[in-house]
Amino acid sequence: MRLQLLALLSKEPAHGYELKQALEQIFGTAYPSPNIGQIYVTLGRLEKDGLVRSVDVEQSNRPNKKVYYCTAEGREALDEWVDSATEGPRVRDEFFMKLVLAPMTGIADRMTLINRQRRHYLAIMRDLVELAQQTDQDNRPAHLLIEGAMLHLQADLDWLERCQEDLL
Amino acid sequence: MNTPAMHTVNLVKIYQTGGLPVPAVRGIDLRVERGEFVAIMGPSGSGKSTLIHMLGGLDTRTSGEIWVEGKRADTLNESAWAILRRQKIGFVFQFFNLVDNMTVADNVELPALLGGASPKHARERREYLLCELNLTDKADAAPAQLSGGEQQRVALARALANQPQVLLADEPTGNLDSRNTRDVLRLLGEVHRQGQTIVMVTHDARVAGLADRVVTLLDGQIIDDGAIAPTRRRPKGGAGDVVELRG
Ligand SMILES: Nc1ncnc2c1ncn2[C@@H]1O[C@H](COP(=O)(O)OP(=O)(O)O)[C@@H](O)[C@H]1O
Ligand SMILES: [Mg+2]
Repeated sequence: MRLQLLALLSKEPAHGYELKQALEQIFGTAYPSPNIGQIYVTLGRLEKDGLVRSVDVEQSNRPNKKVYYCTAEGREALDEWVDSATEGPRVRDEFFMKLVLAPMTGIADRMTLINRQRRHYLAIMRDLVELAQQTDQDNRPAHLLIEGAMLHLQADLDWLERCQEDLL
Repeated sequence: MNTPAMHTVNLVKIYQTGGLPVPAVRGIDLRVERGEFVAIMGPSGSGKSTLIHMLGGLDTRTSGEIWVEGKRADTLNESAWAILRRQKIGFVFQFFNLVDNMTVADNVELPALLGGASPKHARERREYLLCELNLTDKADAAPAQLSGGEQQRVALARALANQPQVLLADEPTGNLDSRNTRDVLRLLGEVHRQGQTIVMVTHDARVAGLADRVVTLLDGQIIDDGAIAPTRRRPKGGAGDVVELRG
């Protein structure tokens, strides 16, 4: 969450609650709503690292609120983030581990492993299809996120098929 | 037990073209209940098209049995199969097979008319299907004027025109972009809820995710056949759950 918060703060100074609201507004339900405690913990770490700084702003009949702003160092960290390519999806996963180790140790049959995994992915796909139907058509970020998840899942299934062909 | 919509017993297809015999389907026992939606998956060359063509009487079997609603069908001759298809089976080919010198509307209405529907009923059904598939404004076009994805959807509408007992389809979303696939998914979900029996070869996991059961072929044999069990974490309605589902 560090860099999302930093990005928002580079636009304008804000306090913790405003950041929470902004994230909710931008991503809709596409990301789980961040909890305010997490936001303050993250802001604290960013401040310790010198990427943001805070000032106390007096409020009439309430305790002071802390307004955070992005430092030059923070701006640099942000530039570095957007300018670098994002890590691709994981290529090593636990299922792969099982698949490779199964025949060596005789703990499981690979056909069975792959079949079970396929059914599991298809069940997730079914959930995603349902989720897409239930999600407001106007929530573009949410739909893009769901579509991304579906495409990843399709790739996972294609890969299972490749693994299975290899057993012939 | 109820009579299944369709079943096969030790179904085998061996192609013999010139040189070596190619066993494409090697002993398949498949039972499809009425109202069930079965997806058939498997790698390229695993025998999916051969199987679905045999189920529709479009390819002859080498040995084994095919039963449609409790009646033996593999012993029928070509013209008897044609009548059976007209009455009971809708078929979507991987490569559309539309009639070129007829409009889209006529392509879709024809099977219903041949099946004995009144012209009024055939027209209403056609209007409904084309509308569901977002093709209403193509009704008067010739198939050749349509994109691959549009032809594919017309082929699906045609196969459903007759409200067949069984819909057989070979990769009906193979040529569709994601928006068109969504229309097709919605229509399939709807006719399935209305009780349509469906057997569909597909590579698209979104389509398979709609099915009650997935049958996986490998090298001409069934290697997996089972219902798709619900995940432990069902979506509660927020797309935020996607992240959870992936976790
Ligand atoms: N008309 C044909 N003549 C000879 N071999 C065929 C013919 N049709 C399919 N085959 C062979 O049968 C096998 C299964 O093909 P097919 O049923 O088309 O598989 P799929 O639809 O799963 O890709 C393949 O090895 C394919 O080359
Ligand atoms: Mg095929």
